[in-house]
Order: sequence, then C-alpha cells, then structure tokens
Amino acid sequence: MELLRIDNVPEGFLSGLSSDETSEEYFLNMGPQHPSTHGVLRLVLKLNGESVLDVVPHLGYVHRGIEKMVESQTYLQNIHLTDRLDYLSSHINNLGYCLAMEQALDIGVPERGEYIRVMVSELQRIQSHLLWWGVAGMDLGAITTFLYGWKEREIITDIFEELCGARLTMNFFRPGGSFADVPDTFIPRIQKVIEIMHVALDEYNTLLTGNIIFQERTRDIGILSKEKALSYGCTGPVLRASGVSYDVRRNDPYSIYDRFDFDIPIGTVGCSFDRYWIRMEEMAQSIRILEQAVKDFPGGPYRSKAQAAYSLPQGSYYSQVETARGLLGIYIIAEGGAKPYRVKFRSPSFSNLSVLREIAVGHKIADMVTILATLDFVVPEIDR
Amino acid sequence: MNQLPTNTIYPVHNFVGDMVRHHFPAAAGYANGFLTLVSLLLFVALLPVLLIWLERKVCAHFQARLGPMRVGYHGLLQSTADGLKLLFKEVLMPKGADKFVFFLAPILPASASFLVMTILPFDHHLQVADPAGGVIYILGISGLSVLGILLAGWASNNKYSLLGAMRSGAQMISFEISLALIMLLIVMVTGTASLREIVLSQQGTVLDWWIFKLPVLGLVAFMMYMISSTAEINRGPFDISEAESELTGGFATEYSGISFAMFFFAEFVNMFVSAGIATTFFLGGFLAPQIGIGAIDAAFNFIPGFIWFFCKTFLVIFLYMWFRWTFPRVRVDQLMYLEWKMLLPANIALLMVAGFFLAMGWTL
Repeated sequence: MELLRIDNVPEGFLSGLSSDETSEEYFLNMGPQHPSTHGVLRLVLKLNGESVLDVVPHLGYVHRGIEKMVESQTYLQNIHLTDRLDYLSSHINNLGYCLAMEQALDIGVPERGEYIRVMVSELQRIQSHLLWWGVAGMDLGAITTFLYGWKEREIITDIFEELCGARLTMNFFRPGGSFADVPDTFIPRIQKVIEIMHVALDEYNTLLTGNIIFQERTRDIGILSKEKALSYGCTGPVLRASGVSYDVRRNDPYSIYDRFDFDIPIGTVGCSFDRYWIRMEEMAQSIRILEQAVKDFPGGPYRSKAQAAYSLPQGSYYSQVETARGLLGIYIIAEGGAKPYRVKFRSPSFSNLSVLREIAVGHKIADMVTILATLDFVVPEIDR
Repeated sequence: MNQLPTNTIYPVHNFVGDMVRHHFPAAAGYANGFLTLVSLLLFVALLPVLLIWLERKVCAHFQARLGPMRVGYHGLLQSTADGLKLLFKEVLMPKGADKFVFFLAPILPASASFLVMTILPFDHHLQVADPAGGVIYILGISGLSVLGILLAGWASNNKYSLLGAMRSGAQMISFEISLALIMLLIVMVTGTASLREIVLSQQGTVLDWWIFKLPVLGLVAFMMYMISSTAEINRGPFDISEAESELTGGFATEYSGISFAMFFFAEFVNMFVSAGIATTFFLGGFLAPQIGIGAIDAAFNFIPGFIWFFCKTFLVIFLYMWFRWTFPRVRVDQLMYLEWKMLLPANIALLMVAGFFLAMGWTL
C-alpha cells in the first residue's frame, strides 16, 4: 500500500526526509499485519538507520461502527456490544454500561450481586494481565512466556465458561446484577485460582522480571513524564507508572470497591519496566481483593427485580470503570425511548496510544516493540 | 571384550571398500577417502532431520505441551515431511536479484558446516582428517558462513534483507573473535592445535577434562564459549536476524523451497558442530568419563567412544535449546556492547590468568 504523500511527506508527519546526501533516513511501514502490534494497527515510522525519528499511527482497521450500532438497538441489547470494545476486559466493559443504566433508572444491586461483580471483574483483570504478560514476553523474544501465561489464563477462562457460557465476549452483567447466579463451583474454583496464582507469579518473576536481558531491554525505555501523561489523558498502568496515583476503584469508587483493602502500585520513572512491574503488582492486588471477597461472600438474591425492557428517561448519564487498560468512560444520552440517542465510549487505549510519538522518538526499532508491548492497548477499543 | 557397535561400522566400511577395490583396482587409492566423505555426507544430511525434531520436542516440553505427535511415532517423521514439502516448493527469485550470487549464497553456510564436520573427532579412529592446525582450520571456515549470509542479504535485492544480513554478519564476525580467543586458551594449555590431540590431552578421570582441569578458568571459559558460540550460530538470546516479532524477516526473506531449506539445515548442522567443538575442547570428546570406581569405569569403557561423543554433544545442544526457549532477545546494540566491551576484555583477562596459571604449574 503506497503511503499517501502530500508534498512527498507521508500523511501525518511534520517534515519529510532530510535532503542531506549522507543521511540514512527512510520511511518504514509497520503493520497493519504485524506480529507485534497488538491488534490491527498500522504504524508509519520515520527512521534514521535504526533510530526512530517520528511515528504516525494509522487507525481504523477494526472500525465496526459500534457507536452507531448502539443507536439502533435497545439498551439491553447494547450490553453485548460493549463486550467487543476491549475484548480482554469484557466483563468490566459490561459493568460500566450497566452502571450508567442503573444511575439513570435508580436501580440498586443486592449484596451478593455486588460481590459477584467485584469477583468477576478482578478475575477478568487477572486474565487480561496474564494474556498481556505472555504476549509481552513473546514480543521480546521469550516465546515460552506466551504458553506459561496462557496456561494459568485457561483456568480463569474455564471459570467464565461455566459462569456465562462464553470465553471471550461475556455479556454476563445486567442492570441490577447479572443474568444468572454463580454456580456452586464458583467459589472453590476461585480459591484454586488464588493458590495457583501465588505460585505462578513467583514463577513469572523468576522467569522474566528478574532476567538481566529483560531488564536491559525495558529499563529507561519509553520514559513518559508525569506532565505528558496527564496532558495526553493516559490512564491505567501507563499513568500510574509515571507517578500519578489515579485508579478509578480508589479515587472514584464504583460498586463496593471502597470496602476492600488493596494497594495501588505507583511507578517512579515512567519507563517500560515500571509499566510492566505495575501490572505484575496489580495481579497480586487483584488476588488480595479476591481473597477478601471469597471470605465475605453473602447469600441472597443476585439481582434486583429484572424488567422486561429498559427505557432510560431523558438526560445524559456517565459512568467510569477501571478496565485492565485504564479508565473506560461510558456516556449515554437518552431521549426517553427504548434505544439510546447516543452512546460515547471513552477508551483508555486511545489516549494511551496517543503518547507513542512522545515516548518512542529517539529509541531503536526493537525498543518500539517493547514500548508497544508495555503500553498494552487493544486496537478494537481504539477503533470501536 | 566385545566392542559391538564400533565393529559393525568397520565391517561395513571394509566390505564396501573391499568390493570397490576389487572391481576398480585403479581407484583403490581414493576409495577410502571417498567412501568416508560419502558416509559423512549421509550423516550430515540426516542430522538436521533429527535435530529439528529434537528442537520441536524440547521446545514443546519446555512450554508444557507435546509437540509433533501425529506424523510418525511421536512425530519422528515430522521433519522428513517438512523437508519433503520444502523440496516441492517453487524456488522464487526476486526481480533484480543477482542470479549467480542468489543461488550461491545458501551453498556456502551448508558447505562450511560440512567442512568443519570433517575434522571433528567422533572416536579414536572415526575422524575424516586430522590436520595439525585443526583449530585454525575451524576459524578459517567459519568465515565462509558469514560470507554466505552477507551474499544472501545482498543478492535478495531487498533493503530489509540487506539490513538483516548486515546485522547478522556484524554479530557473527564480532563473536568469532571471542571464539578464537577461547580456542586459543585451549591451544595454549594443551600445546597443540590438532583436535585429536586436544581430546587425548584430556585422558584420565573426569576431572582431567578441560572444563574441570583448570581450577576455575575451565568453567569460566566454557561459559564464555557457550555465549560466543550461541551468538555465532545466530541462536538463542542472540537471534536478532531471525526475530519474528520485529520488522525484517532477516537475510533469508526472499528464499523459498530448497534454498531456504539449505539455510535452515545449515543452521542446525552448525549447532551440532559448535556443540561438537565444545565437547572436544571442554568435555573430553570421545573419552568415556572415568570416575575412579573400577566397576563403573569398566562399564563406561565398554560403551564405544562415539556414543559418548554424541551424548556429550547432545547435552550441549540441549543447553543451546534451553537458552533459546527461556531468554528474551538481546537488542542489537546491546549485543555489540556485550561482545566488544564485556566479552573481549574478559577473554583477554582469561588468557592472561591462564598463562599465569600455566607458568606456575597450577593445573590439576
């Protein structure tokens, strides 16, 4: 595919190649089919030898018109569309949407329902981070990590399959709770997961985190300063690695997160290693939350009274949740009918990706791969 | 004492040789050499088939899975099937590529590996040739491999292949220096550059192997050899040229079918050769490990030398595979830093210390 050039400068770049005869500058296309871009993302790089001078991401390859589709489906039907935004955090996406609806219709959630929500969300977070870890290791060359991470992930996926019948696009939560109660094997299986994850995290830290080659490849690579992170609107581990302590579960708690005791890991330098380390710590903290939830899991109803159809009164409603990638914002503009007028999804990956130009310039091509791996974005969420 | 396997080779060899000499008396002088080379060629042709299967199985078991299981018993025929597939593929040549060089390039690494095989001592009398300057011969032939890779990158008429070839070439010639210095260390302590003599200088108990004989240096030298040779054969944490998750497909991007197969096979034979050299220099070659207990030593001696050679070589190959499937990849500038600023000074220091040890007479 030819690069669209305007005055011989490809789209999006501020300047073309240097006209110096001895310069080794050239444009290089990375993607859209590429083993390392996490999704269908096209990056056009301006390189000088091996060093990156500039990078322009081209989006839209996975655009499915989700925000248009939601306008022609009822509120309940739209829950399944939120699965497909960031498919690695689909439970949490569903939760965000249901929270907006509950806010609009003033629907409460019973205790058991809340606990189910927290447990399932944290399991989803661990599952997403396990996938990320496996793929990050693989991008850096340690291919075995891919299989090790996914081995543990399979256990969680099996729990979800028994819970809601799906392995990827869950569609489990509903306004007021969830569509079904958890099976009897749910709690024992979570306890198993807790046991296994403690051992697994030690193994992962031995294999990758402590490895000198890995540390050399990630320390001081892609340093994102606090100011830049805040000005670009980064959230999630990317923001926390730069030293800003913001986690929606702590700063703007939803569901019953304020009842749980967990730490928010903060980074210092804002380099790739910090982003990596924070996600490892987040897995440990999620396990802590799970331990507490399993201990106090109450009986009772799992959902407040279900309605046949939901129609939100006129107005605009906003809810935000902390997905595995960052802050997902869901903004519904309702006109009183059965279908929304407009739903806007604020995706964390979009803002996180936008810092790529800032942090990748000056590094090598190999570092670009590291940065992409640690930014941990999911392109379908960017393109919707 | 019944020396079973060794005798089956000699009778076959002798039988065929006698037949040839009987029917073609004029060619008698060349028959031995020719038959030896043919048998070695057969060995080198079948070796990658085994090694590729082994790599896939070892990799799979490290990754908590099984590997090829369907094609043949436990996937033994898998690499044969893959080789056949590659044979049937069309050999494409990119437009604008230099025809002669394009076809020459894969032949060079394959020939280089074969040429080094000829001097590896498999057993007391299982060595095709034993030049007095065997070590120097090895170092010289390694250059041929590098040449093949550079030619492949150039002849592909593809800037990314060229980039990959340049990186590969730079990596290989850098680590050849370390390799040479480690081999120099062994030549220094042994006093000879002939591979057979180097193996025979390790006669005695297990502690007479060079990895143990030099008090600490043997182990350090072995580790340095492992690092250098892993980088030399473009494997393990140093496989930037084959990095599938990065941009360039490496020097072999434009090759398909049998040309690609030759590169692929050359890589695996190279691995065997590097491991064989490690065995020869550090692990006692074809000598059985003697641990001082009479009965066990007799049992070990009963097993023919080349079995020991293969056991030790496959142990080192297992180490290579272990490295590859565990470690992440080193970035190319970090790789160069490793060689020029860390490994090379360390090698020189090692040589100095070893020389000092020798002068003091401190070998065990």
